[in-house]
Amino acid sequence: MRRFALLLALSLAVTLTFLTLPIVAIFLDSSPAELVRSLGEPGALDALWLSLRTTAISIAIILLVGTPAAYLLATRSFRGRALIVTLIELPLVLPPAVAGIALLAAVGPSGILGGSVESAGIQLTFATAGVVVALTFVASPFYIRQAIAAFASVDRVLLDASRTLGASESRGFLRVMIPVALPGLAAGTALAVGRALGEFGATLMFAGSFEGITQTVPLAIYDRFSTEFDAALALSAVLVAVSAAILLSVKLVQGGRALSGWQVE
Amino acid sequence: MKRALVLAAMLALAVAGCGGDDDARGASADATRLVVSAASSMTEALESCAPGFEEAENADVRLSFAGSDELAAQIRQGAPVDAYAAANTRLPEELYDEDLLTKPVEFATNEFVLAAPADSQIDSVEDVAEEGTKVVVGSESVPIGSYTRESLAKLPPAQETAILANVVSNEPDVKGIVGKLTQGAGDAGFVYVTDVNATGGDLKAIDLPAELEPQVTYGAGVPTAAREPELGQSFVDGLTSGPCADALAEAGFGSAP
Repeated sequence: MRRFALLLALSLAVTLTFLTLPIVAIFLDSSPAELVRSLGEPGALDALWLSLRTTAISIAIILLVGTPAAYLLATRSFRGRALIVTLIELPLVLPPAVAGIALLAAVGPSGILGGSVESAGIQLTFATAGVVVALTFVASPFYIRQAIAAFASVDRVLLDASRTLGASESRGFLRVMIPVALPGLAAGTALAVGRALGEFGATLMFAGSFEGITQTVPLAIYDRFSTEFDAALALSAVLVAVSAAILLSVKLVQGGRALSGWQVE
Repeated sequence: MKRALVLAAMLALAVAGCGGDDDARGASADATRLVVSAASSMTEALESCAPGFEEAENADVRLSFAGSDELAAQIRQGAPVDAYAAANTRLPEELYDEDLLTKPVEFATNEFVLAAPADSQIDSVEDVAEEGTKVVVGSESVPIGSYTRESLAKLPPAQETAILANVVSNEPDVKGIVGKLTQGAGDAGFVYVTDVNATGGDLKAIDLPAELEPQVTYGAGVPTAAREPELGQSFVDGLTSGPCADALAEAGFGSAP
């Protein structure tokens, strides 16, 4: 059996090296001084600010609409529920280029709803709003999927208890379900934030690329890749740092909850 | 123990399997793989002549299309490319100066035009300067983007400023510009006449006054790190005469000066 243990250890070593080496290389290849200098250029800051803004807006939309929807899917069983869940999860496995084409076909200027969007006075292509639409489209399944699982794993006794004590369902949802499911919801949020920050293809195809309007950090990285590789590296390093911080904060929140005995077994 | 061996064998197979897609495109098993990096604007032309080249040279041609600058950056990062065809001569010359490419040859010319959807009212540079026109251009690093800025710089300053203020997107390659126009997202853009031809009538090409037209010359060479330098060289030679040269001419490219 020792050989098997060895094989397990070897697999882990290979996995770890493969996944961390490229990320470590980003930092080894760019000096801290270079990083600070590249971030000093206005275009880089514009891209960062735009990425943070659009991600924040799309996450707010996802949480606001996605949480009740996920609650419904987690607590009711009805005909076609499995189909609905599958449809909601579909963007999860769509290539970004397909997401871009799909958005153009739906709400692009010559898309099926393009006319109504335009006559409503909303501009999506070449506009920051278009970036938000792209991010929301690709990121929401990551949150909703996790939220359904989180709500479904809450012990129904808790909700029933709140109902017997006279709380309405909406009160039970807000005061019992959400607090208890919070670690799972936070994990889903983190995944969605990560996906939104990293979105590239759908944004480029649907919204275009313009500094300060539609050029998010991944687009800015691609724009600099050919001519200013160092600047591309610096921006990549920032994105890695931000993503790692998000992941870490969620782990801490979850760890804290688990330690203080909040999680329902 | 036995299971561990099976697991290890499966891992080995999975790794070996990664390189086993040679027959995917019908090339014969002993065909030599040739990796060609070419500017997006040549997509249709080179795709149509590649099968003939494959047959004649018993090669398995892998075409990789992107902005010429992205492709040059890949070569600088050590990508195994056997032939590089760019939409300008500056990028190949730069690679040549860095000892990364053989002496580039000029193999075709293209015409820099204003493009707009076929049913558009736009038919001159003046129209593009109108406030509110959505103009899509190439980003500064890609050849079409630098040709665009070079050309606009020859306009009266007020007109140049007006057009640049109308720019709504800096696309990473010509395909991005054309896509935005055919989708009706953009009103006008600056591309090569061959890109307009390739849309089969969706877009119209508007000729620019001769003094605005930059000289668009395409250059190609064989990367010094090529795995198949000889085959790469014969592909590059084929761009000036042979089926690929004919395909380029048919797509609307001019012959080299």
